[in-house]
Amino acid sequence: MTATPVIHAQQLSLEYRLQGGWQNAIRGVTLSIDRQQIHGLVGESGSGKSTLGMGLMGYLPENARFAGGSILFDDKDLTRLSPADAARLRGRLIGFVPQNPLDALNPSLTIGEQLQEVTRYHLRLSRAAAHQRACQALEQTRIAEPEAVLRRYPHQLSGGMQQRVMIAMALSTRPRLLVLDAPVQTLFRRPLHPYTIGLLASLPGAAGGQQSRLATIDGTAAPLTGRPAACVFAERCPLVIAQCRTHKPPLEQQPDGRSLRCWRGPEIAAGSVNPARPAHVSPAAAAPADAVPILRAEKLRKTFHDASLFDRLTGKASAPLKALDDVSLTINRQATFGLVGESGSGKTTLARVIAGLTVGDDGRLELLDRPLALPLHRRSPEALRNIRMVFQNPGDTLNPYYTVGQALGRTLSVFGRGQFSREEIARRTAALLEAVGLTAAYAGRYPEQLSGGEKQRVAIARAFAASPALIIADEPTSALDVSVQAVILNLLKDLRADQGVSYLFISHDLEVIGYLADWIGVMYLGEIVEQGTRDQVSAPPMHPYTEALLSASPSVDLTQPAQGIRLTGDIPSPRQKPAGCPFHTRCPRRLGPICAAEVPPLQIGEGGHQIRCHIPLADLRTLQSTPGGSG
Amino acid sequence: MIRYLVRRVLLLILTLLLTSMIVFAMTQALPGDIARLVLGRDARPEAVAAFRQQFGLNDPLPVQYLRWLGGFVTGNPGRSFAAGNPPVMPLVLDRLGNSFLLAGYTLLLTLPLSIVAGIVAALREGSWLDNLIAFISLSVTGLPEFVTGIVLINLFALGTGWFAATSLVQDGYTVVDWLRVLTLPALTAGFVLGGYVTRMTRAGMIDELKKAYVRTAILKGLPRRTIILRHVLRNALLPTITVIAISFGWLMGGLVVIENVFNYPGLGSLLVTAVEQKNLPVLQTCVVLIVFIFAAANLLADVLYAALNPRIRLT
Repeated sequence: MTATPVIHAQQLSLEYRLQGGWQNAIRGVTLSIDRQQIHGLVGESGSGKSTLGMGLMGYLPENARFAGGSILFDDKDLTRLSPADAARLRGRLIGFVPQNPLDALNPSLTIGEQLQEVTRYHLRLSRAAAHQRACQALEQTRIAEPEAVLRRYPHQLSGGMQQRVMIAMALSTRPRLLVLDAPVQTLFRRPLHPYTIGLLASLPGAAGGQQSRLATIDGTAAPLTGRPAACVFAERCPLVIAQCRTHKPPLEQQPDGRSLRCWRGPEIAAGSVNPARPAHVSPAAAAPADAVPILRAEKLRKTFHDASLFDRLTGKASAPLKALDDVSLTINRQATFGLVGESGSGKTTLARVIAGLTVGDDGRLELLDRPLALPLHRRSPEALRNIRMVFQNPGDTLNPYYTVGQALGRTLSVFGRGQFSREEIARRTAALLEAVGLTAAYAGRYPEQLSGGEKQRVAIARAFAASPALIIADEPTSALDVSVQAVILNLLKDLRADQGVSYLFISHDLEVIGYLADWIGVMYLGEIVEQGTRDQVSAPPMHPYTEALLSASPSVDLTQPAQGIRLTGDIPSPRQKPAGCPFHTRCPRRLGPICAAEVPPLQIGEGGHQIRCHIPLADLRTLQSTPGGSG
Repeated sequence: MIRYLVRRVLLLILTLLLTSMIVFAMTQALPGDIARLVLGRDARPEAVAAFRQQFGLNDPLPVQYLRWLGGFVTGNPGRSFAAGNPPVMPLVLDRLGNSFLLAGYTLLLTLPLSIVAGIVAALREGSWLDNLIAFISLSVTGLPEFVTGIVLINLFALGTGWFAATSLVQDGYTVVDWLRVLTLPALTAGFVLGGYVTRMTRAGMIDELKKAYVRTAILKGLPRRTIILRHVLRNALLPTITVIAISFGWLMGGLVVIENVFNYPGLGSLLVTAVEQKNLPVLQTCVVLIVFIFAAANLLADVLYAALNPRIRLT
């Protein structure tokens, strides 16, 4: 192995054309990546990660240009290559894996066409050879039946499969460097820069349990037009000193090989100062001891019957999709019911059935001791007022032509049954905005003038405007930066105590659920396989699926080696739901034929803890308490 | 898919039935006796009576309607009121053929150029070329057909004599004769359609160029030509294809003004003449046929859209 790095950027600067002038987006970045090395790049949105990543591939958006420095790759300086020469390098020697695979795939071309065009163009492979190479690449990413996958369109694959297709695409030319644009933020040992420390501390897993609040970073990344000349983080840094605003800190090599750009680095390294914000303890965060149920769901079922155009043309009847299968749950007053599971497990369908947006086929709902009709149009205005939703993408749920004040005022006047005067609505709007940490001045703004975090605050304020008993939040923070996510999670926790509301909180992120929820339900293929308190669900005995989810979530602490069990393969399509226990096809603790033959019993443990599994609870406890033990 | 098609075709038949009833009812609302209107005020009472007898105008309305409907379905919707009382069907079919020829030729002349113009404008968004294309496409779409038609006649028919100013279609026309007759009316219709198609293509392209999959294709290092032709165009042209399919109905039945300016014997001008002459059998047949073409073009547009878009499922 030679010592020459695969790629070496030296004092690289990038500019964007904005408002008639060139604005610096990336300033003097130096990095080198050796063979077989993984180089991570983190930051909030707007920090320039993606721009730098693509710059390393010799590609810039049309309104951007290199403004200095060099990128050495394969003895060539990518900043000086012609666009055509740079294009010949990327895709062949440098591969790219984007963040959102569905958007990144062409919806009208088959996976095969999209995979094969890379090798056909760059390596001049024949059609047959390209096909073979595509199959190999898919097999490398552990995709079963690559031939069948090649004939499908992107929307016919699950998210995990799409991501693997993207990786296979990048690998198919056997590149020397892969650029992966992915939201992974959990790979530090002991960060030194105040910004890195802030990012890490804002992760829910870093918080000291449910009683504490998450640390946050003040403000948002500065726009390109207003970047400070000295330290770019100075305005948001809790350790800022005068020097930070006047002089740019140099990039200093640390004894352990790291490099750091901070005036206060030596002090942080020595441990004499700590930039992590003190965690406030919020006194009323815990749920009240007396559990008063506000929502009961019993044996909810929902099956979707639809078939694709192809199926209809070939006359194949497609299997019905069982999105919800016999789901029962109870949500208590001022409690948070956290719902976790992989995508495709039916979390969102459950939320929509409870909200009435999707009409359930069967089952009973009860809200505040009164029966709740399944279809929305048969629910009373009172019931509508009492269940509100907060969605994943705040940008899509706010009408771009309504100001914040109009959006909130409309909800207020609808649920106030027109009894509120104009002044009353204005007063309540201002109070709502303050409750979510915004000022009354926001009432006059349009959604496009707000940041992602601010939009989600407005969406939360709108949900609270109706003074509901239950708020259903479907992945409300997964589209946000971790620093913003911390702010929103703190806010939701405070509001629950202040307003006496309950949450049904959906997330695929176990840390987020663990931080917020009192009671956790784990969903798999339309069934809740386990539910219990946070402590019950996170310690043995637990359902093998929960166990696998817990072992699969990346740990912030790298010193702890990954242990426990690992899931193999994708979640099966709900159309071909396995018989017996739905999890038996992937279960590492499978007992035997009984798992495939019989529906597992619902075992009730201490404190209402429920697990749907054939393995007796005592055996599960023994199995899971032995490290590395497997059934 | 089959179920979808069956449902749509049934719906189409229902639409045709309803339209034919409405048209039939409306023709009865004409003031005065239809026979007298057709034959003229000075017609002798015996002639009027004979006319009423010949066309069955003395029967009750439902009977008249059913007789016409039965004739339409079996391909013989009666005879024209006009001199000589020729059968309606051959007349209408002849005009239908002419309209079909004009519509097809218009699409052939217009589409390649306007789609390419739309693509070029989108790729050079905001440049002088984009602005020029926008200016031309807007102004040709905005000008009334009789203005562009007359300008074209003055320039290319009367001025140079390259093309025919009026289009008296005769038997035994050669291809050259047809081109001389068809080109100017097709250009006039093509201006209106082409401007529209250009704008649609441009908007579709600009939308698609912003999508993440285009960036993927760029980062795969594919040449720009491949990215545009293989990746972007297929998605960008979807809305345009729908517009084109729907506009086919307009080209077949809606070119009344153009057919008039050029004296072209199409379906539109036949309809206008039938209205002027109170020629009810021709009028009814024409209207139902035009409605059929519009509805069929719409259905075609939907099916085409679904066939080209793997994400759409017709149910």
